[in-house]
Amino acid sequence: MTQLDSVVKPKTKRSKRFLESRAPKLTEDVKTAMIMKGGNTSETVTKALKDIHSLKKPNAVLYKKKNITRPFEDSTSLEFFSKKTDCSLFLFGSHNKKRPNNFIFGRLFDFHVLDMIELGIEKFVSLSEIKANKFPEGTKPMLVFAGEVFDSDAEHRRLKSLLIDFFRGPTVPAVRLAGLEHVLHFTALDGKIYMRSYKCLLKKSGCRTPRIELEEIGPSLDFVLRRTHLASDDLYKLAHKQPKALKPKKKKNISHDAFGTKFGRVHMQKQDLSKLRTRKMKGLRKRRGAAVAEEGQAPKVAKEES
Amino acid sequence: MAACSVEELLAKAEQDEAEKLRSISVHKALDLEFDVGNLLACDKNPVESRSFGAQKKEDFLRSLARDNTQLLINEVWKLPTERVEQVIVAKLPEPTTPLPREKPPPKAKPPTKWEQFAKLKGIQKKKKTNLVWDETAKEWRRRWGYKRVKDDTKEWLIEVPETADPNEDQFAKRTTAKKERVAKNELNRLRNIARTQKGKTPGVGLIPTAQPSKDELNRAVSVAKTSTASAGRFQDRLPKEKAPRNTGKKRKFEPLIGDFSSEKHKQLELLKLMGSKRPKLDVTKAVNKQMREEDREEAAARHRKGAGKKGRKGNMSGKGKGGKGGKGGKGGGKPGGKPGGKPGGKPGGKAAAGGGGKRRSKAGKH
Repeated sequence: MTQLDSVVKPKTKRSKRFLESRAPKLTEDVKTAMIMKGGNTSETVTKALKDIHSLKKPNAVLYKKKNITRPFEDSTSLEFFSKKTDCSLFLFGSHNKKRPNNFIFGRLFDFHVLDMIELGIEKFVSLSEIKANKFPEGTKPMLVFAGEVFDSDAEHRRLKSLLIDFFRGPTVPAVRLAGLEHVLHFTALDGKIYMRSYKCLLKKSGCRTPRIELEEIGPSLDFVLRRTHLASDDLYKLAHKQPKALKPKKKKNISHDAFGTKFGRVHMQKQDLSKLRTRKMKGLRKRRGAAVAEEGQAPKVAKEES
Repeated sequence: MAACSVEELLAKAEQDEAEKLRSISVHKALDLEFDVGNLLACDKNPVESRSFGAQKKEDFLRSLARDNTQLLINEVWKLPTERVEQVIVAKLPEPTTPLPREKPPPKAKPPTKWEQFAKLKGIQKKKKTNLVWDETAKEWRRRWGYKRVKDDTKEWLIEVPETADPNEDQFAKRTTAKKERVAKNELNRLRNIARTQKGKTPGVGLIPTAQPSKDELNRAVSVAKTSTASAGRFQDRLPKEKAPRNTGKKRKFEPLIGDFSSEKHKQLELLKLMGSKRPKLDVTKAVNKQMREEDREEAAARHRKGAGKKGRKGNMSGKGKGGKGGKGGKGGGKPGGKPGGKPGGKPGGKAAAGGGGKRRSKAGKH
């Protein structure tokens, strides 16, 4: 579907452009998420899905209909949908007796599932329940992760990476300082993960940097970790592989030492030392009988500090 | 007295500064890890787990979030800022957190057969304008495609060539020719794809080429003949048809039981050969082999020379010429050839090449 130079050639310019937009790129577009619900969903799950969609909005697709599928058992239909809408992140919500109020966060690489992590919702306060001023759509959130578990445990580490991937939004070269309005705070505490979303108020502090006050706006969710499906190490590594063109070119002849001092290496022509005038001393004067060949060779490469 | 007051002043200033900073400074046992490119902060400090009430827990979480956000904001405010359309923006660095890609990195398009050939020959693409002035229509037209200039299928009148059959439709002839060219192009495109995917191109049978050679036709015939249910066993031969060459030979074995005399004879022959100390040398075969080898070497040398001469503007070939020319010049006794003048530039080299033995002989032939 996305192969541009496939056997079937695009017949119109428009379809060609479409295929080009889907083809792998050097610098990739923002990852879009598809947010879908399973065969049975509770009100909590439906609302939570809607709220997450409104957090993620320009880069998310909300599926309105039920999709009777179980991602942990068979992910083919998810892969199909991801190909269809060109999404590489998904959030799947379902509710049943065994796993009530179930969320599955996941991401795909090359239209195949890379990671899936199942989280159960313990408590949910929706975006509309808290009466507060919200932030404009498409604001790039500030992400904060608190708790040592996010660094020590493998599953939590992967969950952190997944959540960053899910919520970080577009990568931008610059950000408007007054537009830093939204904070997503994930806290790992007592085996639970608390996701809180705050509006950030910049107050005067007397110096340049403002003082921060936070106001909860929702949605706030308390998660427990359930099943996980993590990519194997080599697949994970493969997914991280950066194209050669994006890697910064190595600069030759410049090095740094442990203290951060910059060293330059200068290549010089061979110096003619025969014409060098040294200080003449009586002791060093050539004797008549002695061999003349005592001129030293100059080192080819001189190291200089710049 | 004066010194004391200075110290006091300094202390007071320091205190003021601390007072100012107190509202924005947060103390943590472990420093946070920042990835400002993603507006991301990671707090690795252990979160104290106390039994809270529900309301207290919210307050605790908010205060924790406030502190962490304050630290992140402090980090962001340290970045260089810029004013763009009356808005202050901070320039973000590149994100440092490694995240997986969405799709694998794009692969370079494999070169087509023509591109390979062009590279070998050093043919470079020339940029052509899309629009061309059409003299007859007096307007600008596309070079190719719909409504192109000099479209020979769209002419309203065609002169019938004298040699052509007067009943032949010349218009239809041109359209079919065009269609065939398009089909050929498509076939080549598919072949390029198949070649890159390491699939089989249609290698057997008759490949549509402009002029199939005798060999190709022969192969096509033999393939067609063996493509029966009985693998061509009962297929009749044409009157003067020769057996196909360069096809695999079927091994034939002697019967296991039967006449042993031939086997005995063979074994004895072999023993005799091994017993005789004289090496068996087929003189004609050896001579032929030697001759063929020499021929091949000569051809290779000639080919190499030819390639060097044909090379377009390559630096290497130019040098080669100069060197050769120098020798030729010496041989001819011309003063123009510079013997050691490698960096002497092209004109000198060329002039010398003109005096070379080969060129001269050619000139003599003309």
